[in-house]
Amino acid sequence: MPNISDYAAVVGSSTIEELQLLANKLQGKSVQNINSTAIGGGVAELLNRIVPLLKDLGINAQWDVIKGGENFFTITKRFHNALHGRYEEITPEMYNLFLETSKKNIEQLNLSGDFIVIHDPQPIALIKKKPALPYSKWIWRCHIDISSPDTKVWNFLIPFLHQYDSAVFSSPGFSQQLPIRQFLVPPSIDPLSDKNKDLSQEAIDDVLDKYHIPKDKPIITQISRFDYLKDPIGVIEAYRIVKRRIDCQLILAGGTATDDPESSKVYADTMENAGDDPDIHILAIPSGSDLDINALQRASTVIIQKSIREGFGLTVTEALWKAKPVVASSVGGIPLQIKHKYNGLLCHSIFGAAFSIKQLLHNPEYAKRLGENGREHVRQNFLLTRHLRDCILLFLSMYHPEEIIYLS
Amino acid sequence: MDPLREAKEPFIFSIQAYIPELTGLKASNLQQLLDHIKTVPDSVIYHHTHHFLQEHQYLSPEPPNDFAYWVTEFLHEVRLGESLLSIDTIQYTTIRELRNEIIRTLEAFIEQYPTSLNKFVLPGEEFHFLKSANFILQTPYKVSNLKDFRDALKKITIDSIYFHMYEARLRIRRGTNDFSRWLEECLEETKLANKIAAIDPYTHTLENLRFAIVKLIDKRIAELEKSPEIRGVLPKS
Repeated sequence: MPNISDYAAVVGSSTIEELQLLANKLQGKSVQNINSTAIGGGVAELLNRIVPLLKDLGINAQWDVIKGGENFFTITKRFHNALHGRYEEITPEMYNLFLETSKKNIEQLNLSGDFIVIHDPQPIALIKKKPALPYSKWIWRCHIDISSPDTKVWNFLIPFLHQYDSAVFSSPGFSQQLPIRQFLVPPSIDPLSDKNKDLSQEAIDDVLDKYHIPKDKPIITQISRFDYLKDPIGVIEAYRIVKRRIDCQLILAGGTATDDPESSKVYADTMENAGDDPDIHILAIPSGSDLDINALQRASTVIIQKSIREGFGLTVTEALWKAKPVVASSVGGIPLQIKHKYNGLLCHSIFGAAFSIKQLLHNPEYAKRLGENGREHVRQNFLLTRHLRDCILLFLSMYHPEEIIYLS
Repeated sequence: MDPLREAKEPFIFSIQAYIPELTGLKASNLQQLLDHIKTVPDSVIYHHTHHFLQEHQYLSPEPPNDFAYWVTEFLHEVRLGESLLSIDTIQYTTIRELRNEIIRTLEAFIEQYPTSLNKFVLPGEEFHFLKSANFILQTPYKVSNLKDFRDALKKITIDSIYFHMYEARLRIRRGTNDFSRWLEECLEETKLANKIAAIDPYTHTLENLRFAIVKLIDKRIAELEKSPEIRGVLPKS
């Protein structure tokens, strides 16, 4: 796994020096991260990268995982869905089981960090331990979209949340009016990971060969799991509008979870809709095929993300980082990443998407400029190094309520 | 004169790093935008008129301030967007004055086009009011003459340029940018200081700004090296 100095080649050595300068202000402090799973999911992936890098910077960072049985995680999954705004039946017994499991975790976990960062709702009730740790600062890091939560579950969680010193959200739209400080820390991508590192043309061509994709016409690509909220059929419709004027091909690539019947249905519907058009490539790519995804993104002429709803939209970040011109719906975290006509194009409909794709295919210089701006925007704002800096500043903020802070 | 001549006091480069804070306040139409702009803390106004500079430092032309961008792209009030965009931030030395100008621009537009208040953005497209916690700390770059100053300017991050050119002037209210102040007060390079102060930083990317300043200093160093006596005949201002 890369260490902090390896990132200097991507962001410049002065940025790494700056990170070290800031981290020096936290020497001797300890950070304890707590979430609900050690493997799988975005939070575990993030902690896997962030914790070693914080250690590289001299901060005593650690990561612990709460324990809970199947029933506990079924309940927290319902919490998760309800916070996304979906109605979920949650009985008083379920709330009780949640509290009992939390109590056991409080007893079993050695909570001791100067900063205790609790990720997402599953471990939120650990805050009950706060009175026993008067010198610790407690931060609730919410990675999920709570812009329109189910009020019953939200009201259950609110008393816990109010006891924290601060909350952290990934997008301004997720914030609520709260009596505690709230920070904005958007997600990030790792430029040195398999999904984002530079690839040789040969490696890219190998992947195109593997999936039988010719290089003789422009490629429009959407990378997403097969989900109606990613609107794969809308993407095909937009492609067909473009195809009337420009000979091109379409790649729809993503994972299908075998245990998710809806995903299989979406995949089947998409296949059916594509019919026998040889220029539509629908690829069910197994999870973990990060190099393949990387190559497909790099081989594309235009990347599209026509989501109906979106969290942050990290596939957009990945595409921008590869200096690709992107057409994406103005939903979720996408407007944070794309400033319309500056570093990509935002769309609101199938026709809008098709129009923007045509503009980009007809104007390669314009497309190139948007792509280059996109890459710089990500370099400045959405790489792991920025995420590290935000973490450090967040911790420093816990000791400084003022707006301008001079660190001697 | 010598470009290696010792300054009265060294210049220490600082950096400014910030983390955005959410206020939970949002606006869906012009009236809500105006109401919040009137009451939010100065730091919110500062954030929305300046964070683009650091986030989009690579862009030329760079996007306008957040208010102009939002009314143009989401409320589709292009005329108002243009008015907000053209507010000459450099002429204001306090956030209060800048805020008043934004309010005046919004009120004038609403008075002229009262039906504009009927326009609401779609859910998810609201304007979210943010502020930021700003940290300032010194870097190891400490210089005592013009040549070293120029060399350090080439190496420091854009966050340092940002701090000395924008933050010091408007938020910490030092009147002018830090570079000009040091050049004038510690090296008596008044003419060079004035030239740097005359640059409108709001129409440059930070990298272009760095380039423009370095170029001015390069020119001055060349003058000093060519005609060591020239300093003596330079006008004071």
